[in-house]
Amino acid sequence: MKFLDEYRDYASVQRMAQAIRRTTTRPWTLMEVCGGQTHTIVKTGLQDLLPAEISLVHGPGCPVCVTPLEMIDRAVAIAQRPEVILCSFGDMLRVPGSAQSLFDVKSLGADVRIVYSPLDALQLARANPKREVVFFAVGFETTAPANAMAVWEAEREKVPNFSMLVSHVLVPPAMEAILASPDCRVQAFLAAGHVCMVMGFEEYLPISRKYRVPIVVTGFEPLDLLEGVHMAVAQLESGRAEVENQYARAVRRAGNRPAQQRIAEVFEVTRRAWRGIGEIPSSGLRLRDAYRRFDAESRFPVEIGHAAESSECIAGLVLQGQRKPYECPAFGTRCTPDTPLGAPMVSSEGACAAYFHFGRRKENGDSIVSIAASDH
Amino acid sequence: MCLAVPGRILTIFEEENLGLRRGKVDFSGIRKEVCLAYTPEARVGDYVLVHVGFALSVVDEQEAQRVFEALRQLDQLEELQEGAP
Amino acid sequence: MAILSCPLPRPTTDRILLAHGGGGRLTNQLIESVFLPAFSNSALESRHDGAVLSAAGARLAMTTDTYVVHPLIFPGGTIGDLAVNGTVNDLAMCGARPFALSAGFVLEEGLSMETLRTIVASMRDAAWAAHVAIVTGDTKVVDKGKGDGLFLNTSGIGVVVAPHPVGPESVRPGDAVLVSGDLGAHGIAILSVRGGLEFESEVQSDTASLWPAVEALFEAGIEVHCLRDLTRGGLSSALNEIASAARMRITVEEAQIPVSGVVRVACELLGLDPLYVANEGRLVAFVPERDADRALEILRSQAVSAGAVRAGTVHEDVSGIVILRSRVGGNRVLDMLSGEQLPRIC
Repeated sequence: MKFLDEYRDYASVQRMAQAIRRTTTRPWTLMEVCGGQTHTIVKTGLQDLLPAEISLVHGPGCPVCVTPLEMIDRAVAIAQRPEVILCSFGDMLRVPGSAQSLFDVKSLGADVRIVYSPLDALQLARANPKREVVFFAVGFETTAPANAMAVWEAEREKVPNFSMLVSHVLVPPAMEAILASPDCRVQAFLAAGHVCMVMGFEEYLPISRKYRVPIVVTGFEPLDLLEGVHMAVAQLESGRAEVENQYARAVRRAGNRPAQQRIAEVFEVTRRAWRGIGEIPSSGLRLRDAYRRFDAESRFPVEIGHAAESSECIAGLVLQGQRKPYECPAFGTRCTPDTPLGAPMVSSEGACAAYFHFGRRKENGDSIVSIAASDH
Repeated sequence: MCLAVPGRILTIFEEENLGLRRGKVDFSGIRKEVCLAYTPEARVGDYVLVHVGFALSVVDEQEAQRVFEALRQLDQLEELQEGAP
Repeated sequence: MAILSCPLPRPTTDRILLAHGGGGRLTNQLIESVFLPAFSNSALESRHDGAVLSAAGARLAMTTDTYVVHPLIFPGGTIGDLAVNGTVNDLAMCGARPFALSAGFVLEEGLSMETLRTIVASMRDAAWAAHVAIVTGDTKVVDKGKGDGLFLNTSGIGVVVAPHPVGPESVRPGDAVLVSGDLGAHGIAILSVRGGLEFESEVQSDTASLWPAVEALFEAGIEVHCLRDLTRGGLSSALNEIASAARMRITVEEAQIPVSGVVRVACELLGLDPLYVANEGRLVAFVPERDADRALEILRSQAVSAGAVRAGTVHEDVSGIVILRSRVGGNRVLDMLSGEQLPRIC
C-alpha cells in the first residue's frame, strides 16, 4: 500500500527510535490529541521504542469520548421515534448515554444503522422518502467537510427528510484549555495530522507563542509518530517553541481552502461542552441559520433529563492527560469494554479502551506487556 | 475517526445532479468512487488522501520521500562519526 | 467549569445481543453462564470444538454447527460449503477422521428453488471432496419473514485417529504455534458482497476441508498437541481461547502472520484488524518445538495448508494471555474480541 507501508518499515522505525534516544537527555511529557494517533501508538506498542524519559500522554482526541452525555441521550431519544432512521459511524453506537446506548435501543427495535459516510445517510433519505433520516455528526474538523457537503447537497436538491444531529468539536480551543489548566504537565504537542490537512496549522502559531510549547503537526503511521516525537524533543532540548510540520506530504500551512469555505458556508463556531472537561468557548460547530431546517435538534425537540454523577469514572482526568487509564481504580475491574463506566473505555479510539485491549495494565506493579517484552 | 487512506486517481468525471467533481480511486486493487470537490487541483494519476468518501489532500510525493532522505543522512553521519578516531 | 457526569453502567445481561454470536468474549460469557451450568458433563466442559466420546470400545468425536451466514451465496462458496467444511473441520480439530454428517434445514417460505439447488449442489461437492456422506437430515419451513432465507445445521461423527488427546490440555510451554495460511479471506469475501467496496479481483472465501492437512500430520507421527480451526473472531479468538484454557501465555509475531495484499487493503479501508476477521479453511496447530520444522514441511505439502508458517510460541505463565510483537517491534496484548466486528459472517 503506497504511502502507508513505507511508514511501517521495521528498519526505518528502529532507526528513528534510535535518533530519538540520542537526542533525549532529560524527561519530557508530550501529548497527542487524536484518537487515531492514540490507537496507532498503543496498537504498535510504540511506547516500547521510546526512551524511558519520554512520556507520551493522550489528550481529548477522541470525538466520541468527548460528545456530551446530553447529546447521546438526544440521539437515543430521536432514534426511538418510529419514523426515524438514525445513521451513525460505528463507534458512537456503543457509547452509553445516561441509561442506554444507541446499540441498546437498536437491539430493542429502533432503526439505527451504521454508515461509513454522511453521503450514505443522504442516499438513504433519497431512497426512503417516507422516513426521516438523521445523521449523528460527531467528529473533529477532519469530518466537517464531508458533513458540510452532505447538508449543502441536501439543500440544493431540497431533500425534505434529511437532518443532522451536530456535535462537532474543534481541536485548538481544547489544546488551549489543557494548557491553561494549572495542573498541566504537557510540554509539547503532536497536532493531529488530518485535522490540519483540512484546517492548516496557522491557528497553532499564537498558541505555541503564548504558552511557549513546541507543536508538531504529525501523521499517523509509526514512522510519522516517531518523527513527530523526534522533532518535538529536538525543540525541547534546544529550548525552542515553534510550530513544525512533520506530515508535509499531506498538510499545507493554509490547509484545504475549498473545504474550509464549504464548512464556513454551512457551519458556524459555537460553544460546546466536552464530556469530562466541561464547556469550552468557541470549541464546536453548529449549523448556520440558513441551514437550520437540517438541524435535527430543531426538527426533533426532545426532553432530556439531567444525568446523575458517577463517582468512579475519571474520564475527564484521562482525557486531559493527567492520569493514565490504568491509574483509575476502576480500570479493568469494574470498568471494562463490556461494562464501561465512561466513554473512553467504549470508543475504539478512547485511551482507556486502547490501554485495556492492548494490555497496558498494571498488575503487581508491572504491566502485562513489559513482562512479555523481557522474553524477546 | 480520522482514518484517511491514500489512493491513486484512475478517472475523473462530473456527477449529474449538482455537477460535483468525482473520481474513481484505486487503493491497491480496491476501487471506490470518491468526491473530488475539495481537491480541484487533483489530476488522474495523483495520489489523494480520502476520508469518509472525500479526497481532502493531494499527496506531495517529494515531501513523502523526505523522511527517508533524513534517515539516510543520519546513517551517513553516524558512519562518519564512527570512523573518526 | 461544570464537570460533566459519566454514565451509569448499561445493562448487558438481560437480552441477547448480536454480539453474543460474534465468537468473542460475549459468546464465551453466554456459554459459561447459560449453557455449561445447565448441561454440565466432562465432554462439554473441555470446551473444545467437538466432543470426544468413548462408546462400545471405539473413540468417536461428535460436533455440531449452525450456519446463519448472509448472503447465502458469496464468492468462493455458499452456506452449504461452509456447513459441510465447518463440521468436517471441527471433527478434524479433535484428531478425528470425519465419516458421516447430518443436515438440518430451516427454510423460509419464498426461498427460490434455484438457490436451494445451488446450495445443495455445493454441499454435495464439498462432501465428496471431504470423503464424507450426508447420511440423514431434516427439513422445516417457516413463514416468510421468520427465517432470512435459510438456516442450516450440520452435525458430524468421526473416528479419533490421534494417539493422544488433542486439545488445550495437551499444550506445553515451548510449543510452536503454526498457522496454515493467509488470514481474513472469508470475512472479506462476505463483506465484498454486502457492498461498499468494488474489488478489481474478487476475494474468494477460503472455505475448505482441513482434514488432509491434519491427517498428514498424524500419519507422519507428529505429536500434535492442539488444533483449532479459525472461524468467527479470527486467529485472535482461537489463540485466546487456547491460552486461557491451557493457562499459558502465547506470543506471536505480526510480521510472520500472512495476510494477502487485497485483504490487507480491505481491512485498512474498513477499519478492521485481519487478526479478528473470520476464516473458514485455516487452522492453528500446536506442536513441540522439535517437530516444528517437519510439521511445517508436511503442512506445506498439502494444498489446503500450502501457505503454512510459524507464527509464535507458547510460554510458561498462567496469565493465559496472548502477546503480539508488532511489525515495528513494539508489544501489545492481542485481546479477545469484545463485541462483534462483523455480524452474520458464518
